[in-house]
Amino acid sequence: MSESLATVSYIGATILFILSLGGLSHPETSRRGNLYGMIGMTLAVLATIFGPRVTMAGIPWIVGAMVVGGSVGIYAARKVKMTEMPELVALMHSLVGLAAALVGFANYIDPVAAANLTSAEKAIHEMEIYIGILIGAVTFSGSIIAFGKLSGKIGGKPLLLPARHWMNLLGLLVVIFFGYKFLNAHSVADGMIPLIVMTVIALLFGIHMVMAIGGADMPVVVSMLNSYSGWAAAATGFMLNNDLLIVTGALVGSSGAILSYIMCRAMNRNFISVIAGGFGTGGGTPAAAPGGDAQPAGEVVAVSAVETAELLREAKNVIIVPGYGMAVAQAQHIVYEITQYLREQGVNVRFGIHPVAGRMPGHMNVLLAEARVPYDIVMEMDELNEDFPDTDVAMVIGANDIVNPAAQDDPNSPIAGMPVLEVWKAKTSIVMKRSMASGYAGVDNPLFYKENNRMLFGDAKKMLDEVFVALKS
Amino acid sequence: MGRQNYKLIKTENPMTLMIGIPREIAAGEKRVATVPDVVEKLIKLGFKVAVESGAGDAANFSDDVYRAAGAEIIDGAAKLWAASDIVFKVCVPTTEEVSLLREGGHLIGFIWPAQNPELMQQLAAKKATVLAIDCLPRMLSRAQKMDALTSQAGVAGYRAVIEAANAFGRFFNGQITAAGKVPPAKVFIAGAGVAGLAAIGTAAGLGAIVRANDTRAEVADQVKSLGGEFVKVDYEEEGGGGGGYAKVMSEGFQQAQREMYAKQAKEVDIIITTALIPGKPAPKLITAEMVQSMKPGSVIVDMAAERGGNCELTEPGQAVVKHGVTIVGYTDLNSRLAKQSSTLYGTNLFRLTEELCKTKDGIINVNMDDDAIRGLTVIKDGVVTWPAPAPKLPAAPVKPAAAKVAAPAAKGHGHGGGGAPASAAKTAVIFGVAALLFLFVGAYAPAAFLGHFTVFVLACFVGYMVVWNVTPALHTPLMSVTNAISSIIAIGALVQIAPPTMLGIDRPDALILGLAVAGIALTAVNMFGGFAVTQRMLAMFRK
Repeated sequence: MSESLATVSYIGATILFILSLGGLSHPETSRRGNLYGMIGMTLAVLATIFGPRVTMAGIPWIVGAMVVGGSVGIYAARKVKMTEMPELVALMHSLVGLAAALVGFANYIDPVAAANLTSAEKAIHEMEIYIGILIGAVTFSGSIIAFGKLSGKIGGKPLLLPARHWMNLLGLLVVIFFGYKFLNAHSVADGMIPLIVMTVIALLFGIHMVMAIGGADMPVVVSMLNSYSGWAAAATGFMLNNDLLIVTGALVGSSGAILSYIMCRAMNRNFISVIAGGFGTGGGTPAAAPGGDAQPAGEVVAVSAVETAELLREAKNVIIVPGYGMAVAQAQHIVYEITQYLREQGVNVRFGIHPVAGRMPGHMNVLLAEARVPYDIVMEMDELNEDFPDTDVAMVIGANDIVNPAAQDDPNSPIAGMPVLEVWKAKTSIVMKRSMASGYAGVDNPLFYKENNRMLFGDAKKMLDEVFVALKS
Repeated sequence: MGRQNYKLIKTENPMTLMIGIPREIAAGEKRVATVPDVVEKLIKLGFKVAVESGAGDAANFSDDVYRAAGAEIIDGAAKLWAASDIVFKVCVPTTEEVSLLREGGHLIGFIWPAQNPELMQQLAAKKATVLAIDCLPRMLSRAQKMDALTSQAGVAGYRAVIEAANAFGRFFNGQITAAGKVPPAKVFIAGAGVAGLAAIGTAAGLGAIVRANDTRAEVADQVKSLGGEFVKVDYEEEGGGGGGYAKVMSEGFQQAQREMYAKQAKEVDIIITTALIPGKPAPKLITAEMVQSMKPGSVIVDMAAERGGNCELTEPGQAVVKHGVTIVGYTDLNSRLAKQSSTLYGTNLFRLTEELCKTKDGIINVNMDDDAIRGLTVIKDGVVTWPAPAPKLPAAPVKPAAAKVAAPAAKGHGHGGGGAPASAAKTAVIFGVAALLFLFVGAYAPAAFLGHFTVFVLACFVGYMVVWNVTPALHTPLMSVTNAISSIIAIGALVQIAPPTMLGIDRPDALILGLAVAGIALTAVNMFGGFAVTQRMLAMFRK
């Protein structure tokens, strides 16, 4: 395959990737979008293998590595539970990060890459290597920590070291200093030490950054790491003078960045403050916020599964608001059975999804889709928030902060200003919860003490099973 | 915290206070300040309860029922007042009743301090602590359970419709029967406060066509939600006067309003008026001419009769027929539904007692730091504390937009998180920085780099445009597909496996090969796993 033919194939792959992302804009076109992605990837890989830059000697190695990696990947994709999707995605981001770092090192020690370059070109080339490895390493270690946090192997609470911003700043200065030394290194061996020091700092920085971010902010972190893995690919593209890598990396990078932005907006938080870590670091800490009147007072009214079933049976309009608790309890299937039963009885059942419900963007939608809930009754917050006053029963399953009226009523609340689902405006709201513990944000929820609110305590799946039995009897 | 205790613990405490319920002595008053069900709950809170013999008779609660609920029955008002630490009342106490109140005792009930300055003096002289249920800060959401004005107004609104139906000669709902067609009654309700809303719901429930008007435009949705039609006054003015009440409107508005009322009077069969403005006589909405213009047999129920009435021809306390229209001016609508009114009122007072006695040991604590309690308390230990300062955050629940604006400021960082477009200054700064950056790149970077840079910047924009259209439901698949696509980095590893050899350069092949193979294997996990898992997810989305 000639150089030109390879380039043309790359352009084709680029177009297919853009179509792939575009196709995901709607569920109906999304499957085609994924297919475009696959074709694009196949095209890109084949064009490279049979292109001018790979000789036949490499083919066995390539096939071997592809078969090993591919089978691991497909096995993981088959076996993963939908509730564990955030963990899988985080883990996969780490692989991209690691690969980017490895490619960077390989490129640096490869004398062919730097041959025939002028001194200015060489400086830029080395800077690209340096930045590529930096981003790759941060993505790698950050994703590993995100994986640990999402799978519960590491506690969800933000780890806030004293003077952590100064530590990060110091790290950055050291990285810049070694970058300078790296650019001035005369041989590969000379440059290796600054490069390795920088890699270690980048790894530590990735760990530190994600450790400082609370569990509730995980959707932002996951999409941010997604963005980083794209930038890592783009940096590699600059390093290798490969436009396909640059374009694809930029596509992925900007898509991740936009997702992060959407998530932040959904929480009414500043991107910087999420990344800087800790909750409510911008102002009053949660501990200081509740004054005498901010404390929700009153009594909670507990109901049984049978009473819940009665409320549902008598309702005409029901909105179900799922949260992370539903994912934990694996309750999505029984939720759908109840939904189906109620819809057969002529009850208008809809789902209200908060943009940051769960632990990654769109998490709830995937779970509901897995349970075969039709996507046209799954609504976004903005689509049905105005309908709550006409709703008879709003059922909150394992969600807390996203239905907290304090976000609107209490300017001192750490979640003040975050858009929330206004379930308290429904005639009756039922909150399913394991206990009276507060949500991830650590904020008490005045919803529980509202007069029209009922609490159904217990494991979501177990209680919903009971509700379903009571409904049918 | 007491609020997490679901079990109410009953303790015997010698300090336990006695709650006394006297018989209401005002003429025509049939309500009673507590009912047997509530007595049981009060006893569970640790209190003792004494009820004056015959207090509940008019509301169909006999002494025996109270006794069975655990109350002590005491003959005679004097003995009851003397025995009680806390007295629950409905009506404003008379001078005689105040003289019976124990020195330093507690009194809870309707007081209307603004209208009854002398009463306030007398109570203060008794060193009493007085909680006026009418002074409740109604905008506090947690105060709603204690809101007796609301509960009583709701009952009155219901009863007003029943009185209207009683005086009206026809069905409320339209019917087509063998004996002919019956048109539905048209009901117009002036004022959509609690009483008005209750009346709308009741009248709509009976099948009438209901229209309603209020100077506060924001209640239009509430009117609709109860099955009524909101009639607008053709004039721009905002009528919310705070605390859920209306305020006096301008002359121009009143003119437009009168025209609207005159039009409605000609069309409808029943008018129910509920318009009140705090501290002022009721506004005269229905003039004598309007009454004249109504169809014979029509009914007006004037719920504001006690304060002079919304209709010029209302005679407070009576039902009269003028110009062929029955004008009902009963001032005792609540007593006409005494059992219901008493039950709701009793529950309101019970909720208040709970707030006063969070320890559930039969001792009350008038906590002046609590907004709700502070507002209710008009006299504390003989010191007049009325009027209370305004509650701290009345506007926030009503206008979430205001809270949103306040929030970022409170959090202390300058960027607004919401979807508001960036300010012009901010945009200018961003463009400025970008221009400097491009200038720098243009000045120093070699040509080859610039080509790539162009591609990079354009690709960022394409990504930006494409991803904005992705529906939030597909964010997870989007992320996994971009993750799969980011394994394009495999190409970086591929080209390093076995590039065409270049003469004269010594290449550490084995090491590079190892790194590259590892890179390919890692990205292959992503590539295949990412697409496969996306496929699996997308297959689940169905209509």
